Amino acid sequence: MMARLVRAAQDPIGPLAPTRITLTVDGEPVEGVLGQTLAGVMLSADTVAWRSTSFRDKPRGAFCGIGVCFDCLVVVNGQRDVRACQRRAAPGDVVEFHRDMPLSTPEERP
Amino acid sequence: MTEVLVIGSGPAGLAAACAARALGRRVVLLDASDYVGGQYWRHLPPERPARREAVLHHGWSRFQAMSQALERDPLCEIVTSAHVWAIDAGRVHVMVGEADGAGREARTYAAAAVVFATGAFDRALPIPGWDLPGVFTAGGAQALAKGERVAVGQRVVVAGSGPFLLPVASSLVQAGSTVVGVYEASHLAHLARQWTARPWQLLATPAKLLELAHYASVHVKNRIPYATGRAVTAIHGGQRVESVTISAIDETWRPIPGGDVVVAADAVCLGHGFTPRVELPIAAGCRLDARRFVQVDEHQRTSVAAFYAAGEITGIGGVDLSLSEGTIAGHMAAGGHLEDRALRDARARRDALRSFAERLERAHRIGENWTDWLSDETIVCRCEEVSVGRLRSVAETSRSSGLRSLKLQSRAGLGACQGRMCGRSVETILAAAAPGGHLIDESTTDRRPIATPIRLAELAFGNDKSVEK
Ligand SMILES: Cc1cc2nc3c(=O)[nH]c(=O)nc-3n(C[C@H](O)[C@H](O)[C@H](O)COP(=O)(O)OP(=O)(O)OC[C@H]3O[C@@H](n4cnc5c(N)ncnc54)[C@H](O)[C@@H]3O)c2cc1C
Ligand code: FES
Repeated sequence: MMARLVRAAQDPIGPLAPTRITLTVDGEPVEGVLGQTLAGVMLSADTVAWRSTSFRDKPRGAFCGIGVCFDCLVVVNGQRDVRACQRRAAPGDVVEFHRDMPLSTPEERP
Repeated sequence: MTEVLVIGSGPAGLAAACAARALGRRVVLLDASDYVGGQYWRHLPPERPARREAVLHHGWSRFQAMSQALERDPLCEIVTSAHVWAIDAGRVHVMVGEADGAGREARTYAAAAVVFATGAFDRALPIPGWDLPGVFTAGGAQALAKGERVAVGQRVVVAGSGPFLLPVASSLVQAGSTVVGVYEASHLAHLARQWTARPWQLLATPAKLLELAHYASVHVKNRIPYATGRAVTAIHGGQRVESVTISAIDETWRPIPGGDVVVAADAVCLGHGFTPRVELPIAAGCRLDARRFVQVDEHQRTSVAAFYAAGEITGIGGVDLSLSEGTIAGHMAAGGHLEDRALRDARARRDALRSFAERLERAHRIGENWTDWLSDETIVCRCEEVSVGRLRSVAETSRSSGLRSLKLQSRAGLGACQGRMCGRSVETILAAAAPGGHLIDESTTDRRPIATPIRLAELAFGNDKSVEK
């Protein structure tokens, strides 16, 4: 595990028992904790990429973590272009990855 | 009508709201986040209680005192999840509801005075491979550690420039990560020159020095390697970060041949300073200063009457400076006087901390030859995936040296983030490649008509639900 949730037993802040929730991420059930953002849920499961770029088909996930960069977009319950680092996870959310058909690269554009 | 409207609830906005309430004004405090606190006091949501959350924070009791006083106060209305997206003719347009949600509530506020306290975000310079998953901004890693208790990686490299890299490394250690090293681009000799000039000035800011000393002790205790004159100049991996190249760089940040080492890492945190969130003040017509922060006078007044600004949109200086400026801005916006007793402390602290901030800025400013670590394939605009080579060829072959037309031709800075991440780097690269070595128009990448994204449907139907406050 590389990206992960800090283990409760080792966390100096002494977290109290969290409320577990289940989401569907890219077709698979994923456990999260109530109060996490979608990016928090995915990073806790060591999922670091959840989008392919439109021009070069490259993997992307979270970058700025505070809603500025728009790298972390996901589809939530059918709604596109939601910043995963800004949206709190709700029980039962269905998260899909943005997979656009690769367009031409900027170099190829007229 | 609201008497004082404060946009942003970080240290500056909270202090402004408290000061305006102290003079008896009705206050509305707006923030796009779900909770108040801003970047500095980003914390876990109430659904995730902990026994000792304060260990992640400095000045936590001050934060709690300010936020609880405002929350209890019937004449202060705090609106969170409030995305301010435009400002025109003194009216502030807000969408209230879930981030990027459909069906949010559109509101319009008019106020006698407005305080801008929208803060700043990390600047990360483009580096080959910086678009790989596992690369974060330093603040992003910090936000995930404080607000989510997520460790972004197991073996983490922290690189860039500025004292902010130290708290980020400390947070990573507290989250159980191994910090491979902190790589500060500025040279030790350069840092020492800035820090040891006029040392008596530093005596005016003991809290700042103590905070730095605290981080230094965490670094020593955890044996975190700290190196100066070093930069991450390439990030490698297939689907995610696997290793990074650390280079020795000269005082202009040009990589020194033969000075590279490659180290294994699964995450990288980059912070080359901060960019202020100035789009709302610009939309309101407020002037920027030469460093492209919001220009304010001694009263924290902008160039437009009844608009004030405080915190990191007026200059980078850390939490205490933001608090002092916020206090002054809130007091003045509420009709107070600069000479009032209530401001004596805040004014003295602001003036001392400003000179501290200028020192930091000089010590950690970006070296002009950082562009030497770029290759033609390096992505500059992450959204539109525009490479360095593309930018340079557009600038060289186009007969125009105007930023606007070069942006339109290359599409750099025109993607989802509206150039927030790449704008200033795009300007640097285009200017260097343009005929004559500079851009001719006065335009910059700071101007954005819409400050925060809204859906077209919300624009179309928003007015029906609009409430005038
Ligand atoms: C991600 C990040 C993490 C940081 N962490 C630390 C740290 O741990 N330690 C440290 O010493 N310094 C940290 N800093 C530096 C930090 O910015 C300052 O120390 C301090 O928080 C600045 O206070 P401020 O009040 O000026 O702005 P901020 O704290 O940035 O607050 C600005 C507020 O304005 C809100 N806002 C912005 N635009 C809008 C809009 N259009 N509509 C509604 N609301 C809006 C934001 O949501 C935010 O809450 C961090 C910076 C960043 C970017
Ligand atoms: S990570 Fe940058 S917007 Fe979400």
